[in-house]
Amino acid sequence: MLTFEYTRADSAAAAIDLVEREAEAKFLGGGTNLVDLMRETIERPRALVDVTGLSAAIEVQEDGGVLIGAAATNTALAEDRHIREHYPMLARAILAGASAQIRNMATVGGNLLQRTRCYYFYDDAAHCNKRRAGSGCDAVDGFNRIHAILGASEQCVATHPSDMCVALAALDAMVHIEGKDGTRQVPVADFHTLPGDTPQVETVLAPGELITAIALPANPATGQTYRKVRDRASYAFALVSVAASVRVEDGSIADVRIALGGVAHKPWRATKAEAALRGKAPSEDAFRAAARAELADARPLRDNGFKIGLAERTIVAVLQELTA
Amino acid sequence: MEFTINGSTRTFDVDIRTSLLDLLREHAGLPGTKKGCNQGACGACTVLVDGERINSCLALAVQYQGRAITTIEGVGTQDALADIQAAFVEHDGFQCGYCTPGQICSAIGMAAEAKRGLPSHVTQDLAADSVTLDDDELRERMSGNLCRCGAYNGIVAAVRQVFVEEVA
Ligand SMILES: Cc1cc2nc3c(=O)[nH]c(=O)nc-3n(C[C@H](O)[C@H](O)[C@H](O)COP(=O)(O)OP(=O)(O)OC[C@H]3O[C@@H](n4cnc5c(N)ncnc54)[C@H](O)[C@@H]3O)c2cc1C
Ligand code: SF4
Ligand code: FES
Ligand code: FES
Repeated sequence: MLTFEYTRADSAAAAIDLVEREAEAKFLGGGTNLVDLMRETIERPRALVDVTGLSAAIEVQEDGGVLIGAAATNTALAEDRHIREHYPMLARAILAGASAQIRNMATVGGNLLQRTRCYYFYDDAAHCNKRRAGSGCDAVDGFNRIHAILGASEQCVATHPSDMCVALAALDAMVHIEGKDGTRQVPVADFHTLPGDTPQVETVLAPGELITAIALPANPATGQTYRKVRDRASYAFALVSVAASVRVEDGSIADVRIALGGVAHKPWRATKAEAALRGKAPSEDAFRAAARAELADARPLRDNGFKIGLAERTIVAVLQELTA
Repeated sequence: MEFTINGSTRTFDVDIRTSLLDLLREHAGLPGTKKGCNQGACGACTVLVDGERINSCLALAVQYQGRAITTIEGVGTQDALADIQAAFVEHDGFQCGYCTPGQICSAIGMAAEAKRGLPSHVTQDLAADSVTLDDDELRERMSGNLCRCGAYNGIVAAVRQVFVEEVA
């Protein structure tokens, strides 16, 4: 680990100012990803601005939505009564991630910005365009069982590992961002980017911009859940995961949202599957056709072809559970 | 940097990069907390901060200044074992013992979480006010602590004996 200066910010403005002033400065949340990457010298910040003292409030808004301060811990968000009752897919997604110890430390802001678990990204001896632009990608023709089947490029086939973000994408959550030039909001589904020719770029966040909050829109009463498929029953990253909600009215699907985890460089909102289902009567055949419509563009690598069938079956199973 | 460790106020002058785990083991003279993976994957380094369990290997000590840290040395002593320590002995909750300090601190944090109604990945009813700690719940909630000796059955038995009745 390279040495660094440490400051604890007491306001968003102060945090932004501090990161602006110091060269190669980074915000520090719970540190569960950043400290690990600094130890491996994959991340080399020279200054850390601790933002865990900023807003961690979880507040129901007048319009029925919820505003979540970026410093809220993963545990606090999953524990919140209103979230458990009205956004159960979000509570379930968080509880399916990492371990209790890590969820106690990890913040919502840090969870959004956690980096890929691609083995070659962590291995300094490997070629990795994300770690060193232009150096190549050892995963494309290497061990790629955990890698992407949708939206990947020749330059990078990594996945985004978050569970929480998959639920946020399905819920149409917004990321509240603050920088030296003011504030803006970006839908979670547009916040992370596909790798293309610049896999080192992972989000639309500009250098020095701070995530201040996540906003959940008021949620129509729907059945919703999160299902995660992994190599062991707990404490493992998703091979494939599905966050979904369905509302059936008069025998046809009035509202459906589906997002997939473990399949792409970002939480993958399954808009094609949603479009195929809207207005249809719920049935296994309709669910399967919708899943296939979404996965028609999936491209298997050497070791991860199983994810296509697994994603299809998981989508079908989740939709069946929600409409049973 | 100042901390309250096992009830005593302690001050250290250490490199800014020092993890809470290394601070405890190398500087505070408390080697009970163990270093397994040093990357968040095993739970051997679990300690309690203001009563909440965390992995001290992923924690920069500087972030936890001013907080109350409890390590296994603060849970009980050789002459006066805490109930959970005695239960680990009684139920063979370990073989080599390397994961045990982390398991015990984790179990204490877990019991507090269950008491306040925090659901887990295996909880059916997220809206329920209270948690029933059956063995599936215990295993899921303790899954952040690996045991390479595979003493899991003994660990579950020890945790069940001490904490399940207390919660219910
Ligand atoms: C063993 C292990 C298993 C795990 N398993 C899972 C899993 O199954 N599912 C899952 O979803 N996750 C898993 N995780 C990842 C975990 O969820 C993340 O490490 C965590 O959410 C990161 O949050 P943090 O606050 O610790 O972030 P940090 O490590 O502090 O920061 C991460 C990044 O976010 C930036 N950042 C932090 N806050 C802000 C902010 N407010 N504004 C702008 N930038 C910010 C930092 O600069 C840094 O680049 C696992 C982690 C470990 C170590
Ligand atoms: S898949 Fe992406 S992160 Fe992994 S080695 Fe290739 S470029 Fe690096
Ligand atoms: S040593 Fe901290 S989790 Fe393994
Ligand atoms: S007792 Fe040996 S690792 Fe658990």
